[in-house]
Amino acid sequence: MPLTAIAFYLLAIVTVVSGFMVITARNPVHSVLYLILCFFSGAGLFVLLGAEFLAMLLVVVYVGAVAVLFLFVVMMLDVDFARLREGYAQYLPLGLVVAAVLLGEMVTVSSAVANRGAAAANATPQAADLHVSNTQSIGQVLYTDYIYFFQAAGIVLLIAMIGAIVLTLRHKPSVRRQKIHEQVGRRRRDAVEVTKVGVGEGISE
Amino acid sequence: MMTDLSSALMICLPELILAVGAMLVLMLGAFGGERSTGAATMFSGAALIAGAFAAALGPHGTLFAGAFHMDQLAAYSKVAIYVASAFAVVMGYGWMNRSNERKFEYPVLILLATLGMSMMVSAGDLISLYISIELQSLALYILAAFQRDDARASEAGLKYFVLGALSSGILLYGISLVYGFAGSMGFTQIAHAIAAGGANHGVVFGLVFLICGVAFKASAAPFHMWTPDVYEGAPTPVVAFVAAAPKLAAMVLFVRTLSMGFFGAHEQWAQVLLVIAVISFVVGAFGGLMQRDVKRLLAYSSIANIGYALLGIAAGTQLGVQAMLVFMVLYMIDVTGFFACLLALARNGRPITQISDLSGLKGSKPGIALAITALSLSVLGMPPFSGFWAKFYVFKSAFDAGLWQIAIAGLVASVVAAFYYLRMIKIMWFDASPAPVDGSPSEARWIAFACALFSFPVVLIALHFLDQSAGLAAASLGLH
Amino acid sequence: MPVFDPNTDPLGYVLIHLLGIVLVVVGVLLSLAFLLLADRKIWAGVQMRKGPNVVGPFGLLQSFADFFKFVFKEIVIPAGADKGVFLLAPLLSFIFAFVMWAAIPFAPEWVVANINVGILYLFAVSSLGVYGIIMGGWASNSKYPFLGSLRSAAQMVSYEVSIGFVIITVILLTAIKLAAAHQGSLVDAMNLQAIASMQQGWFWNWNVFGGGLKHLPMIIVMFPMMVVFFVSFLAETNRPPFDLPEAESELVAGYQVEYSSTPYLLFMIGEYSNIVLMCALMTTLFFGGWSPPYPTTGWFEGWSFLGIDASFWGQLHALVWFCIKTVFWFFMVAMMKAIVPRYRYDQLMRLGWKIFLPTSLVAVAAVAAWGVFAPLG
Repeated sequence: MPLTAIAFYLLAIVTVVSGFMVITARNPVHSVLYLILCFFSGAGLFVLLGAEFLAMLLVVVYVGAVAVLFLFVVMMLDVDFARLREGYAQYLPLGLVVAAVLLGEMVTVSSAVANRGAAAANATPQAADLHVSNTQSIGQVLYTDYIYFFQAAGIVLLIAMIGAIVLTLRHKPSVRRQKIHEQVGRRRRDAVEVTKVGVGEGISE
Repeated sequence: MMTDLSSALMICLPELILAVGAMLVLMLGAFGGERSTGAATMFSGAALIAGAFAAALGPHGTLFAGAFHMDQLAAYSKVAIYVASAFAVVMGYGWMNRSNERKFEYPVLILLATLGMSMMVSAGDLISLYISIELQSLALYILAAFQRDDARASEAGLKYFVLGALSSGILLYGISLVYGFAGSMGFTQIAHAIAAGGANHGVVFGLVFLICGVAFKASAAPFHMWTPDVYEGAPTPVVAFVAAAPKLAAMVLFVRTLSMGFFGAHEQWAQVLLVIAVISFVVGAFGGLMQRDVKRLLAYSSIANIGYALLGIAAGTQLGVQAMLVFMVLYMIDVTGFFACLLALARNGRPITQISDLSGLKGSKPGIALAITALSLSVLGMPPFSGFWAKFYVFKSAFDAGLWQIAIAGLVASVVAAFYYLRMIKIMWFDASPAPVDGSPSEARWIAFACALFSFPVVLIALHFLDQSAGLAAASLGLH
Repeated sequence: MPVFDPNTDPLGYVLIHLLGIVLVVVGVLLSLAFLLLADRKIWAGVQMRKGPNVVGPFGLLQSFADFFKFVFKEIVIPAGADKGVFLLAPLLSFIFAFVMWAAIPFAPEWVVANINVGILYLFAVSSLGVYGIIMGGWASNSKYPFLGSLRSAAQMVSYEVSIGFVIITVILLTAIKLAAAHQGSLVDAMNLQAIASMQQGWFWNWNVFGGGLKHLPMIIVMFPMMVVFFVSFLAETNRPPFDLPEAESELVAGYQVEYSSTPYLLFMIGEYSNIVLMCALMTTLFFGGWSPPYPTTGWFEGWSFLGIDASFWGQLHALVWFCIKTVFWFFMVAMMKAIVPRYRYDQLMRLGWKIFLPTSLVAVAAVAAWGVFAPLG
């Protein structure tokens, strides 16, 4: 399929190039923007694989929510990035050596073992069930086989939420807050009093 | 193995009690505000005790396609963890009352961390391993930074979090390698894959990362760098919690992962564990010598003790696992008592943290001084005290497994470590007191006394039961 | 419409789709020109003014005059601005606003891309709209735009949550109806064409009324959900009474302060396109989409006119109804602008997080419970 191939190469190139730009861009905001582009093209690749539900979720969750928060934080940070980069050239050789060693190890290990042993034995991907859409198949395993992980991950997020509140929420006694119930529930007699004021007498409390 | 829902729920009843309990306490707190902290504490303690009973008496089985194991090992560790957490809840409540910062989130976070630990000891799958570790550590990070206006507590929380996140990354990297090369996440399937194809380099490679990641969480050297800072900075009841239950959980996680999933690669991981163990007790013994802060000292002591416990795992025998389980529980009791003593001590409203501040304690607080002495002697391994029996078990299993060189190194390290405990005892009993000490809160005092009493006379009776149940627990792994 | 196989005739496949896209874009742009005018006229009418009435008869050509004025002005880029991002922002706003139209079903079979997760696609792309605003505000390198863009982003992210839950109620309801009718896979419930066609027949089949007489009790859930959706979409598109990002009295014009000429025009067209799209989505989700409020089965059977066969006329009939409903919602939006005073920021957040979010969450549970426990036979 020429069209699919064109789309694939386009999306793949954009993904890789923008991924590269994320780490090389000088301005951190640009980095985040490239990251977003990277996610977005990744979602496109998911569509090509026929996993459109995952693609949409990737966009909704990562691009639409997580990356927005990234962008917020990066935009608000007042960090002198020029100073952060001062040591860059100095540490570059060391970094390159470590990266090269890591790469070498990984390549050796992967190439040595990838085509034999357990990985090869277990590496038969299951054929996709054409009668079930990917949304349905995700739902079917997520709420049955993986319900334990699903619920546990939910609790992890709950902890994160509690943590954010515990560590940042401060009830300032000086701030006047809206109390909708009280404000709406206020009756006329609580607020207004009609009195007859005699001439020259005024009102005593 | 999948059972029907009602029996499945019965098997994971302890976890359900904790999770639902935590949410109920959270609701109670959210609607009741600060006033409900007392009720929240009571309720959390009740949930923990109920969970302990459910774990001890409940049915055993395997759930969720092998992701959750409830067996003797899990039951044994769950009971120990829940009881330790209940102590932490009680100590924390007293501490919050004194520092006038009553927050209902404290018991909630303890409950959730305990939930994570109890999932750790039941994890039978790499995903549940990872999620449960995250669950536990995320709650602990928050607890460490709980005193958010205190610069050192915030620093402790941040350090803990950053290094913890790094270790999670290492752990995940290892998990993905293991998954790639073994082709599965479940421990039993990994064991099959290793049995079929031998322990190939990929699996071992991933396993090393995995061990490093878990060693981080257990604060074994050379992955211990967060420990002294967190112990020093975090609030004392939180440290009492961090020092006890999570260590046991991480150790049991170690044992289950290594012997259920990777027993075929025993030769390889035993080497790694032995190296970590030796570094741990050397770092623990020598690092402790320089410390002036009691909490930092205890941090180094915990690093050393994790080293001893790892010896039991590295032996790879049923006896070794049993020794580790006994060791960890006895250590947990000692360390809880130690921190309870610290909580009980304050001078002019400020908690005592320096070793030199302990001087002359025999005059002002003879009870606490006696308790600290007993606990110190126990941790250093003086014969009739509980710590001796703990070390006895571990070293014996190491000798049995033929690891006598390592065991001798451990003995030497514990002799070195004895120096700083003895120095502490000397300061308490023979130096002059600089100023009077404040009255100590009752709950901390009672916990301290109870732990101290356990470490000497009670242990002789308790050891019999502990030995038996740890033996049963170790047997459930099917080692020899 | 001739159908080309992408495998054998890729060129024809691409061309026919391009044609469809051009048709939709031109149609939407033209309608926008008049809807913009309508917006101003309605607003003026409420305030007893005449509104634009000079260019063309009744001011009908006003939007075109504005268009040329914007295009021929000079583009001013502030000195400290990040030029690339500054110009990219309005483009993104514009593009995201228009690619959303691809999934909107205008009539039976009249849709540019009949995606089987169409509603998720719309939700995903609409969540991208926030980038144009954040990038524009940040790249201007100026205080008011930045504040405006932060406000706007927080607002959009907050209201997306409740929009998401409302959409889930509609998906669930459609799935229930699909299951009861034994039509297709349940996952079709995320296809906008399926959502629209399951509301055919009399108007009580519309989702806002619970989606059919059998589901009538669901009206107590779906009607409030329609209201929640309407209010949330006003907030999501930064329309009054939630136009805080552009609150003149506080922030001048929010993220658009530094924009002029064509980039500004792109922002504005994007914004209005979003509003009309949300009206169309509202129509599709709750008011039957293209389906007329009465059954039309057999109306156009065997009938042909001007040499074009019946199905085309049926589709055109549906299109007219789709436009009527969409324009009605646009009218409501314009009235909201005219008669409702602006919210304060904390009130806006309170409404979104403390009222809409729990309400819509309960509604999801209620619809799901209806699907499981209702006596549907």
